[in-house]
Amino acid sequence: MAAQPLLDVRGIETYYGNIRALNSVDVTVDQGEIVALIGANGAGKSTLMMTIFGSPRARTGTITFAGTDITNLPTHEIARLRIAQSPEGRRIFPRMTVMENLQMGASLDNLKYYDEDVEKVFHLFPRLKERIAQRGGTLSGGEQQMLSIGRALMARPKLLLLDEPSLGLAPLIVKQIFDAIRELNRTQGLTVFLVEQNAFGALKLANRGYVMVNGRVTMSGTGKELLADPEVRAAYLEGGRH
Amino acid sequence: MAQAVSAQRVAAESNFSEAARQALYAGLISFGLFVLFIGLRTDQNIRNELILVQRWGTLAIVVLLTMAGRFLFVAFAQPAIAARAAARAKATAVAAEPGALRKNGTKLAILALFLYPIFILWAVGLQGSLKWVDNFGIQILIYVMLAWGLNIVVGLAGLLDLGYVAFYAVGAYSYALLGTELGWSFWILLPAAGIMAAFWGVILGFPVLRLRGDYLAIVTLAFGEIIRLVLINWREVTNGSAGISGIPKVDFFGLFDFNVSSDIYFGKVFGLAASGAYYKIFLYYLIVLLCLLTAFVTIRLRRMPVGRAWEALREDEIACRSLGINTTTTKLTAFAIGAMFGGFAGSFFAARQGFVSPESFVFLESAIILAIVVLGGMGSLMGIAIAALVMIGGTEILREMTFLKQVFGQDFTPELYRMLLFGLAMIIVMVWKPRGFVGSREPTAFLHQRKAISAAFTKEGHG
Repeated sequence: MAAQPLLDVRGIETYYGNIRALNSVDVTVDQGEIVALIGANGAGKSTLMMTIFGSPRARTGTITFAGTDITNLPTHEIARLRIAQSPEGRRIFPRMTVMENLQMGASLDNLKYYDEDVEKVFHLFPRLKERIAQRGGTLSGGEQQMLSIGRALMARPKLLLLDEPSLGLAPLIVKQIFDAIRELNRTQGLTVFLVEQNAFGALKLANRGYVMVNGRVTMSGTGKELLADPEVRAAYLEGGRH
Repeated sequence: MAQAVSAQRVAAESNFSEAARQALYAGLISFGLFVLFIGLRTDQNIRNELILVQRWGTLAIVVLLTMAGRFLFVAFAQPAIAARAAARAKATAVAAEPGALRKNGTKLAILALFLYPIFILWAVGLQGSLKWVDNFGIQILIYVMLAWGLNIVVGLAGLLDLGYVAFYAVGAYSYALLGTELGWSFWILLPAAGIMAAFWGVILGFPVLRLRGDYLAIVTLAFGEIIRLVLINWREVTNGSAGISGIPKVDFFGLFDFNVSSDIYFGKVFGLAASGAYYKIFLYYLIVLLCLLTAFVTIRLRRMPVGRAWEALREDEIACRSLGINTTTTKLTAFAIGAMFGGFAGSFFAARQGFVSPESFVFLESAIILAIVVLGGMGSLMGIAIAALVMIGGTEILREMTFLKQVFGQDFTPELYRMLLFGLAMIIVMVWKPRGFVGSREPTAFLHQRKAISAAFTKEGHG
C-alpha cells in the first residue's frame, strides 16, 4: 500500500449550528481505489462529501489531499487541485445545453483538452452524444446523472467524488452508471470515492467500504467483507435487495 | 385547387357574417349596460338642484368601440388563434429553418436604426424631426442601453438588482460635475463615468456576495435609495434637489460642436441655418453606437469563460464552485460590467438633458428597466430591445393621443395611464409567454449544426 493516501480525512467534526453532523470521522482513499461510504438517510454521508469540498467547514480535524492541507481552502481552490464532484441532486445547469455543461466542466484548463476529453465522455456515455444540443433540464434523470459525472470528468480529476449516483434511477440505468465507474477505474486508474444508499451495488463495485451511522464511521473493510458481514446484511441489505 | 379557394372564401364570408352578428349582440349588450352608467349622468346645477346630463355621444363611442372590438376579435383574432393552435399541433420539436427575414433580422434592424433620422428628416423636415428623433429615438435607445446593461446582471448572472438606477445616477453626476467644474470633454468623461459606475458596482457587490434572490433584491433596492438620498442631501457638491444645470454639450472630437455662439458651430462649419435638430440627430447616432457597443460586448462576453461562468452562476451556484469557478470574482465582474454600461448611459443622459437632478433617478426608473428586461426575456438582447420599444415608445405615443380628450373630457391626460399600459403588457406577456418575448436561450456552443429548441420544452427549475 502506498505510503501516503491520496485523500486523508482525520478526526473531522462538522456542525450545523449546534448540531454535530460528523463525529471524529476518519476516512482514507488510496490512489487507484474505489471506496464506498454507505449508510442510512441522515447518517452524514453527504455532509462528509461537502466537508471535503469545504462547505460546510470542518470545525476540528484535517483533510489532506495529495499532501496538501485542504481543510480551510475555499471550495473553488479545492476543485482546482483536481478533485471533481458529481454532487447530490446532480446539479447540472438546466438551461444550458449538454455541450455547454461539459464545457463548464473543462473551464479549469480553459477548454485546452476539451475536444480530446469530450470524446472520452461520449465513449463512456454514448447517450450524451445523442443529446448534445439539448438543454440539461430536458434530459431524463439517468441522462442527467451521466451528464453530471461527465461534467466532473471534464476537469481531469485525480479524485472523483460521487454523491448518490443511483438516486432515483431505474435499475438498468444504475447498472450502466456503475459499469461506467468501474471502467473508468480499470482503464484510467481513476480514484473514486462514492456515497451510496444502494449498499449492495456500491459494495460490489468498491474495493473498500465504510459504514456510517449517526455521524460516526462504525465499520470499515473490503467490499466483500462488508457484504458478508451479518450486521451490514441485516441493516442495509436484507431489507430489500436494490 | 379552385374548389379549395372557393371553400376558403366561403369560410371567410361566414366568418364575417358571424362576426357582424356577434358585434351587433355585443353592441346591444353594451348599450344596455352603459345607457345608465355613461349615457346619463346626474349633476348639480348652479342652484344646487339635481339635473340629468345626457351624454349620447360618449355612449355611442363606447358602444361602437365594443362592437368594433368584438367584430375584429371574431373575424380575425379567433381564426388566427385557431390556425396557430393547429399549426402548433403539427410542428415538431425541432423548429423549422428560420426564414430570410429572421436570419437577417439583426442586420435589418441596425440598418433601420441608421436610416431612421434620414427618413424622419425627409418626412417631416428639420424642425419637425426634433420630436421624433428625441422622444422616440433617443429616449427609447437610452432605455435599450440601460436594459441591456442590467441584462448582464439580472439576465446572465441571475443577480436580481432593484437599484440599477444608482449606477445611471453615478454616471450622470460624474459627467455633470466633472464637465461643469473642470470643463473636460465628453469623450474623456464617458469612460471616466463608466469606470466610476463600475467602481460603485464593485462597492455594492462586496457586501451582497453572500446574498441571493429576494435578500439581494432588498439590499440593492436600498443601495439605489442611498445614492439618491446622498445626491439630495450633499448640497455642497450636488446642489441638492435643485440639480446641476448648464452641463456642456457633446462636441464632435473638437472638429465642430453644437453651441450656436461657438466658432465651430455645426451650422457655421457646414453653412447651414442654426437649429437644435443637428444636436439631437448627432446624439441619436451617438446612442445608437453606444447601444451597439453594449450589444457587441455582451455577445462576446457570453462566449468567453467569464460570460459562461455568469450563466452557470445563474443556473447553480454550488455546482459552479465545485467546478472550480471563483463565484466571488464572477459576481463582482457581473456587477461591475453591468454598472459600467449604466454609467455610460448616465453620462449620455446628462449630456442630452443638459441638466440632472435626483428626481430622474427614483426607484420607478429601476423598476421600469427591470420590467423591460423581464418582459423581453431575460438574456435575450433582441427581446429586450423590442420590449423597450413597446414600453417606452408606447408611453410616448400616449402623450400624442390628445384626441382621447374629445372622448373623456378636457382634464384627461393620457400619459398618466402609462403605468396601466405597463401592467397590461406585463400581464399579457406573462400569460402568453411566461419567459418573455424571446424566452428561448440561444446556446453559445455548437458542434456542427444549430438546433433551435423552443422554451416551451424547457422546464423551470433544477433536475
